[in-house]
Amino acid sequence: MTEPAAKTPAPAGADPVTAGPRRARRRGRTVPVPLLVPALVGLAFLLLPLLALVIRAPWSGLPEQLSSPEVWQALRLSLLCATSATALSLLVGVPLAWLLARTDFPGRGLVRALVTLPLVLPPVVGGVALLLAFGRNGVVGQWLESWFGITLPFTTTGVVLAETFVAMPFLVVSVEGTLRAADPRYEEAATTLGASRFTAFRRVTLPLIAPGIAAGAVLAWARALGEFGATITFAGNFPGRTQTMPLAVYLALQNDPAAAIALSLVLLAVSVAVLAGLRDRWMSAS
Amino acid sequence: MTRSVHRTHRIRRTARVAGAGAAALLALSACSSSSDTDADADSAGAPSSSAKLSGQVTVFAAASLKESFTTLGETFEKQHPGTEVTFNFAGSDTLAASITGGAPADVFASASPKTMATVTDAGAAAGTPVTFVRNQLEIATLPGNPGHVSSLKDLTDSGLKVVLCDKTVPCGAAAQKALDASGLELTPVSYEQDVKAALTKVELKEADAAVVYKTDVKAAGDKVSGVDFPESAEAVNDYPITLLKDAPNTDAAKAFIELVRSAEGQRVLTGAGFRTP
Repeated sequence: MTEPAAKTPAPAGADPVTAGPRRARRRGRTVPVPLLVPALVGLAFLLLPLLALVIRAPWSGLPEQLSSPEVWQALRLSLLCATSATALSLLVGVPLAWLLARTDFPGRGLVRALVTLPLVLPPVVGGVALLLAFGRNGVVGQWLESWFGITLPFTTTGVVLAETFVAMPFLVVSVEGTLRAADPRYEEAATTLGASRFTAFRRVTLPLIAPGIAAGAVLAWARALGEFGATITFAGNFPGRTQTMPLAVYLALQNDPAAAIALSLVLLAVSVAVLAGLRDRWMSAS
Repeated sequence: MTRSVHRTHRIRRTARVAGAGAAALLALSACSSSSDTDADADSAGAPSSSAKLSGQVTVFAAASLKESFTTLGETFEKQHPGTEVTFNFAGSDTLAASITGGAPADVFASASPKTMATVTDAGAAAGTPVTFVRNQLEIATLPGNPGHVSSLKDLTDSGLKVVLCDKTVPCGAAAQKALDASGLELTPVSYEQDVKAALTKVELKEADAAVVYKTDVKAAGDKVSGVDFPESAEAVNDYPITLLKDAPNTDAAKAFIELVRSAEGQRVLTGAGFRTP
């Protein structure tokens, strides 16, 4: 997560800097066995289940499985909700990351810990907490209902909120790391030249940390796309409205494993395609 | 998964506490924590349990059986000192999948013959499953029934938020059957993944009504109100139970199934809202 952050200060065309270590690495070619073996085991462990999914896929019945409108409905909803959740995370997550990285206030450490809490919280617990806060009978939800007539559970908005709750910490952590690694002197220079702090943020900081924001957004988007627990708990499950792909996969698994595998393949393909596409554009690691 | 593990722990603990309580009552030992099972063995007089059963019995049971089977597990441990009944309560489909996947279990009690069939088809059951109870649907509403729901039809034409179980799980299939039988179209706000999830939505007052089992309404106490509807007779679920082929503790497992089917077992189950087969 901090990797893109560490690279940010280096200007784009800094070849002479990176060329040195790379040549050195080539000279010491042997990889120590105590590192190589666990590394390969780890790699195999991560890839084997995905490989199994491809091997056991009911390829012959696949066109039939995937031609049902429910699949595309669920996929469209998944993409829409994950993208909305990412947009919402960007809107409030980037300022939150800036606050954590660039300002000093009492209890900042505690706030940072609280922001990252959804990262470790079981998503179902997140869903229950969302219900208690934004449900029809919730702490905030009852006022939304009686004042504005807004109900969030069982709606597509509810799905977006559940996904945002789970995914935004990824963005905040990533952007905050990038901000800490970025040299604050650029911003200071801008302010000494008369720019307001907000202008400095907009014109100097944002372009500087753009790769970190992009990396965080991709992480958040991927997490939102796979979100299951908070979504089914808070937003329920209704085809076309709140049934995203992971929910469809889970319920298909109850009585039609072949359909579940087919749906999983689609989700896998989408995830791989998006991550590969974005990686080339924004997050090129080497 | 974590839920069932958690339950298992809790049940074991309550069973132990119950055992300790019995020991204290009999004033056999002040030190209840040491070996309360031995104390029971001396005093209980072993009713009808001449065969020396021992060890752990692992029972995989449908989520709706949680309350009644927990009680029966405690009864069993009292009748057969030295045994320990461990439960795994979850959706029947999930349990069937773990059993066919090789999970070590002695007894499987399912909420539908269809789920049981996946186990018998896989050759994982020993003998033929028998139906030991039946369960009927009921409408669960908010406490006091503020929406004045009195029939299945009331759920379809009012502005009520209704949740159903997904059609892939037994309670959802049964609800669909009842709706079809009465020619009703019902659009819920959500198809929940199991019956407890559907009930929870009403308990949290997020939904106005859910179609669940009678036993679930009873177990929820005063957190929901139950409304009977005649169409539920069209969709009664049979609950089959069976000994599993790879049961590690066959004798004790047989004895547990006997207890479930005995007059005492049926009394506990009907007390929880089940119907006798």
